[in-house]
Amino acid sequence: MSDITRRNFVKVLGTAAFLPGAATPALALAATESVTPATTNDVPVYRFFNAEEVAFMEAACERLIPADEYGPSATQAWVTNYFDKQLGGAWGAGERLYRSGPWQQGTPTQGYQLPFTPAELFRAAIRAINAEFTAQGKRFATLDGDAQDAYLKTLQAGGKELGDVPSGVFFELLLKMTMEGYFADPIYGGNKDMLAWKMIGFPGAYANYYEAIDAHGVAFVREPMSIGSDGHGHTHVDPNIPASL
Amino acid sequence: MTQTMKAADVVIIGVGMVGSIIAKELAAAGYSVVGLERGEPRFTVPDFQGPGVHDELRFDIRKALMQDNTREAVTFRNVSSQTALPIRRWESFLPGTGLGGSQVHWNGQTYRFQEQDFVLASHVRERYGKDFLDPELRIQDWGVTYAELEPHYDRFEYLLGTGGKAGNLKGKIQPGGDPFESPRSREYPTRPMKEHYSGAMFRKAAGSLGYHPFPQPSSNLSEPYTNPEGLKLNTCVFCGFCERFACEHYAKAVPQTFILPVLLKNPNFELRTGCQVQRINLDSSKTKATGVTYIDTAGREFEQPASLVITSSFALNNVRMLLLSGVGKPYDPATGQGVVGRNYAYQTMSTVASFFDKDVIINPFMASGASGTLINDFAGENFDHSKLGFIGGSFIGAVNTNGRPINYHPVPPGTPAWGKGWKKAVADHYNHTVMFSVHGSSMAQQQNYLDLDPTYKDAWGQPLLRMTFEFPKNDLKMADYVTAKGVEIGKAMGAKQVVGAPAKGPYTVTKYQTTHNTGGTVMGADPSTSVVNKYLQAWDVPNVFVVGASNFPQNATWNPTDTVGALTYWAVDALKKYMKQPGKLVSA
Repeated sequence: MSDITRRNFVKVLGTAAFLPGAATPALALAATESVTPATTNDVPVYRFFNAEEVAFMEAACERLIPADEYGPSATQAWVTNYFDKQLGGAWGAGERLYRSGPWQQGTPTQGYQLPFTPAELFRAAIRAINAEFTAQGKRFATLDGDAQDAYLKTLQAGGKELGDVPSGVFFELLLKMTMEGYFADPIYGGNKDMLAWKMIGFPGAYANYYEAIDAHGVAFVREPMSIGSDGHGHTHVDPNIPASL
Repeated sequence: MTQTMKAADVVIIGVGMVGSIIAKELAAAGYSVVGLERGEPRFTVPDFQGPGVHDELRFDIRKALMQDNTREAVTFRNVSSQTALPIRRWESFLPGTGLGGSQVHWNGQTYRFQEQDFVLASHVRERYGKDFLDPELRIQDWGVTYAELEPHYDRFEYLLGTGGKAGNLKGKIQPGGDPFESPRSREYPTRPMKEHYSGAMFRKAAGSLGYHPFPQPSSNLSEPYTNPEGLKLNTCVFCGFCERFACEHYAKAVPQTFILPVLLKNPNFELRTGCQVQRINLDSSKTKATGVTYIDTAGREFEQPASLVITSSFALNNVRMLLLSGVGKPYDPATGQGVVGRNYAYQTMSTVASFFDKDVIINPFMASGASGTLINDFAGENFDHSKLGFIGGSFIGAVNTNGRPINYHPVPPGTPAWGKGWKKAVADHYNHTVMFSVHGSSMAQQQNYLDLDPTYKDAWGQPLLRMTFEFPKNDLKMADYVTAKGVEIGKAMGAKQVVGAPAKGPYTVTKYQTTHNTGGTVMGADPSTSVVNKYLQAWDVPNVFVVGASNFPQNATWNPTDTVGALTYWAVDALKKYMKQPGKLVSA
């Protein structure tokens, strides 16, 4: 892939609304220019989220990490795809979460004390959010950006119940997992084309600096490497965490 | 139905760093040794290989190498008046599991404690007077001295191949090393690590302020090394995936690289993995152990009879094993009586962030776990506390261990948590920030302790360990004082913005601080304030030995591993003596 093509590809993606259906022209352009896509799909194929949940998640994540001149937005980096695969897998089902009762809310220093698995928590909270907007004849996804930000801030501030999920707990996990999907290795379905790593200059799984460490203050310039990179620099998602079914 | 196994001379609970060293020594001395490890067997090849090991999400965020807390958690509260609740996800500290134990995922930072640390109570009394100490503190002497441990520190460091520069050789101060360290009998086995740019900046700035910078002692190897066991370790390549990860290069000193290949060849030793020890069994007198009971991965129960039982698991699990077995009297914070669970301490962790302009390129991802540059000018008893109102101290160092971006994307205070402002700040600062570790001591106090939880159980139906912990006021004062010194160093580096973040209460289990949990089976000279004598032998049950950071009466400034290693070899000598002539090594 030439640098020019790469730049065009990113630029076009950066200006396209990345909601389902809206991105087709950009991706068609990329395909006709013989860009080898890092993954075989043009858009995420969701297997955990339903359509209503996708609409909320794509819109919300896009406000948490918006598009700008620095690097990809959350949806450009396929963060929602990461969420989908995590919540639909072992993590969503409560992997590494001690789940025996009795249940009681403690102090903030005692950490998470709810019976919800991550999957249950997202389902319950998004259902409540979507119901709240439907009751007003609105959709979160179609509000303007400022209104979306204002609503997300009310969630972040806490004190609101989202179908038995405290909004602060939901927001905290939403933000934490957005960061994970943005910066984790692309094998997990986010950080598409390692664009988030390129933004900050993290070389990824390359991980060998025995000589370079002596060059104090010198920029380390090379394409990042994913755990799933093959010898041609193509990145494959983990077959156990498929971007498509 | 319990199946009884063939009796062994020695049974070891936990085959990590301590267990594998003791097992190797006792098996080589001709004793039959059974090592019981609850986790899986795992080796550099094929288990730790790249590129799969370079996975921040799996190992750093999801904590793949850690104790399975869905089966075995710890409950926590800040003070006894609260109800302890389970730590449902590990964050504050990360006990490991599996062959090699927590050391597999360590950073390799390998410090000795200083002479005064082992006689802290006496030292503070003599230097500052008997009324100086905050009355809530419960510090005490170790019952063993630095001079007694020095040969064992030396032996352990030569086993690991620790790299560094001696600052004090037999009392003579050496240029380039740490002038505050207690005397070493010889130089480090390998040279110091290469210095990261952040360390070079720190060295210059700290030196300009009159402090004494030195290279961090590292058990990630700076050069190829063959240890006294005949095992070869390789050179670290600064991959930036060290703590929380296993090393693919045979470059990190862990049991898999420095001792297990020798131990596993000895027919006197039998490793059994997947064995969850339920308790140490005592005879009717309760003063003699008869062996242990464990459950295998298929749920079957076994009894392993043995003449000697050694618990060598993670500090918290050593404490829990004694409480589950009725070895030693449990501590009661209301009366101050009892010993098991007493003097639980931690580490007081602060940071300093120095933000630079974009022309200063730090490359944080070029990193080893222990290749920093530090000063000990404000560590331990290296400065006069008489006007400061606290005891203890911290090292300050540019210890750049990684640039893994999910966890590491520093932004200045005031940056929004999300949105455009957050993103710009991340892009602007990721490669232009230097972080200092301000790594401080932790004093024991009467209200901080460990016991068994009355409510929550593990997957085998046994009570979880309950932790009651709040930072002593003494330690927070110390953190404020030393962090301010770190901020001055950051400013001397020429950073455009320097932000100190001293440790603050309340202590929370929701944020990673360190896995340096100490105390609970404290060593000492007085059975009313210690669980084990100076040879790490249980006062009440002489054929039980307890070895680990759980022996520390309080925690010193530095990372505990080197001192645990020294105590391990110290105990090995005592164990060999005990095996020849069983009985109490110290009469109470």
